[in-house]
Amino acid sequence: MKVRAGSAIIAFFALVAIFGGWFSETVLGLDPRANDIQAIAQPPSGEHLLGTTQFGQDVLAQVIAGASGSMFVGFLAAAIGTALAVLVGVTAGYFGGGVDGVLNFLTNLFLVMPVLPLIFVVAGYLQGTGLWTIALIIGLFGWAGGARTLRAQAMSVAGRDFVRAMRLLGESNRRLVFFEVLPHLTGLIASMFLHALIGAVLAEAGLAFLGISDSAAISWGTMIQAAQQQSAVLRGLWWWFVPPGLCIALIGTAAALVNFGVDEVANPKLRVVRTRRRRIARSEAA
Amino acid sequence: MSEPVLEARDVAKHFPVGRRGVVRAVEDATLALLPGRIVALVGESGSGKTTLARVLARFYPPTSGEVLLHGRAGTGRRGYHSDVQLIFQDPFGSLNPLHRVRYNLERALRLHHRTRDRRELERQVLDLLERVSLSPAGDFVDKFPHELSGGQRQRVVIARALAVRPKVLLGDEPISMLDVSIRLDMLNLLARLRDEDGLALLYITHDIASARYLCDDIVVMYAGRMIEGGPKEDVIARPRHPYTKLLIESSPDPGRGEDDRAALFDGADELGEPPSLVNPPAGCRFHPRCPFAMPECEQSPPPRTDLGGGHWAHCWLHQKGRAGDLASTTHAAAPALRAAGPADAPGAADDCGDGKEEGP
Repeated sequence: MKVRAGSAIIAFFALVAIFGGWFSETVLGLDPRANDIQAIAQPPSGEHLLGTTQFGQDVLAQVIAGASGSMFVGFLAAAIGTALAVLVGVTAGYFGGGVDGVLNFLTNLFLVMPVLPLIFVVAGYLQGTGLWTIALIIGLFGWAGGARTLRAQAMSVAGRDFVRAMRLLGESNRRLVFFEVLPHLTGLIASMFLHALIGAVLAEAGLAFLGISDSAAISWGTMIQAAQQQSAVLRGLWWWFVPPGLCIALIGTAAALVNFGVDEVANPKLRVVRTRRRRIARSEAA
Repeated sequence: MSEPVLEARDVAKHFPVGRRGVVRAVEDATLALLPGRIVALVGESGSGKTTLARVLARFYPPTSGEVLLHGRAGTGRRGYHSDVQLIFQDPFGSLNPLHRVRYNLERALRLHHRTRDRRELERQVLDLLERVSLSPAGDFVDKFPHELSGGQRQRVVIARALAVRPKVLLGDEPISMLDVSIRLDMLNLLARLRDEDGLALLYITHDIASARYLCDDIVVMYAGRMIEGGPKEDVIARPRHPYTKLLIESSPDPGRGEDDRAALFDGADELGEPPSLVNPPAGCRFHPRCPFAMPECEQSPPPRTDLGGGHWAHCWLHQKGRAGDLASTTHAAAPALRAAGPADAPGAADDCGDGKEEGP
């Protein structure tokens, strides 16, 4: 149930991100960048369903366009971060010894690095900060925790008898990693990816709010930042910053729901209560 | 006698523990496996049986000594393992729960025989399952390990090892995790492999009765050293080392009455526990527990004494002409004899535990 609700929300936003641009242009006839000088900072109305910004831009169109921006950053950063975590963590855990020593040192380094100031420095140094760059930075600095977890898991799986038995059979290390060890980690990797996704969406919003973003790109983060700059809160323009904020909160809730569900599957102890309740219900019905 | 397929010569394996400690898991192990013969390696937990098997399976290199396959050292990994395979103790751990039976066998066939043809592969897989008495084989190929019983899994593990067509099979307590009711089937299967395929088998166990049922030769290990070996009937009927004698006397025997048993094990506690392998006793490692211990036993390890007919033992009694003492008494009477005797070594028997079999 939790998993279904969570995945439904994520799937909805993914669809909005992919087809939203086309939808708002053809069906709604809206352009997120068009300035309607007739309607500056108007509250929601029939013409502009979610109102307009200080610059006369339609908030609904911006939220839809922002979905694609935020989800793009989220997916790309999560993909980069998870891939790095798998690469470093599983390699370190499987091979152990000197390889583990070096990779574990690297992981620890990234784990204790003050990421936020570092991102400021890097972003400032790179100057042009498009969504691609933001996603890359978030991904490159956010893999260490996942690598640590995967290393421990890979270590435990690699020491099991069936891996030894297949090595005895003459399997290469490459095959042992991909066919014996990794399949046991897929659940963990999937939930890690989801975690990274929501983390990246939040991080992008946070960075945009702090001014590290491409002002030309539209994402939920840049929307909130624009609202902040025009002091929308003081002026009571709530329709400007509530929709993107709500979207971010929804994504977070969805990811949390899915993770709870995954937990229940992975940890039977959490399931006991529900089956017992169901059994009671059944006995009452009988 | 034919040439040994796999041979261990003076093999030792030490594991580092802590800053400077070393666990002497196996020392001076010499063993030869001949085609068509089963050697049983008997000893209690922590005596180095599994470590020796793992050295023979090349899980780790020996600290000293050498392992010879067909009289040669230094065969490549793939080549070595196409002749030597190991059966693990735990059939629940040695099959990947995510792979079907078919996958395990096909991988072995592809790796070692480059079988590519689908139909040929299928035929060989079914053939292997039939050989380990999993029939009808068609019912088993597409099962996952969790759909099989412990005995069936162990058969799959054996089939996977056989797919390689090895010359040597190392069984690391292959029946200890199985239900008693199917152990005999398993032993018969191993015996059949020896007789029909001429495999050389190493059967590791702590159970003298199963060793007696299955094997041709017995080697007894104690605290990392081999102490006695020879043809099984000879060793079991006339043990020539005090520890072997203790081991055989303490194995269950339904023929013994309850009173006898009480008398037999009365003194068992006084004999203490196996020594620590981090800091083993000097000389013969059994001397702190041995009722026949002499001053020599504390000073240097006893040399090998050949007793004829392939029977040998490492015990000073044979060097000092006291072999008769051993034959004339039982371990039940031993503590009294020991109290009267000169040798005494308390305290040395702290825990050696399972820690050493696991390694670091």
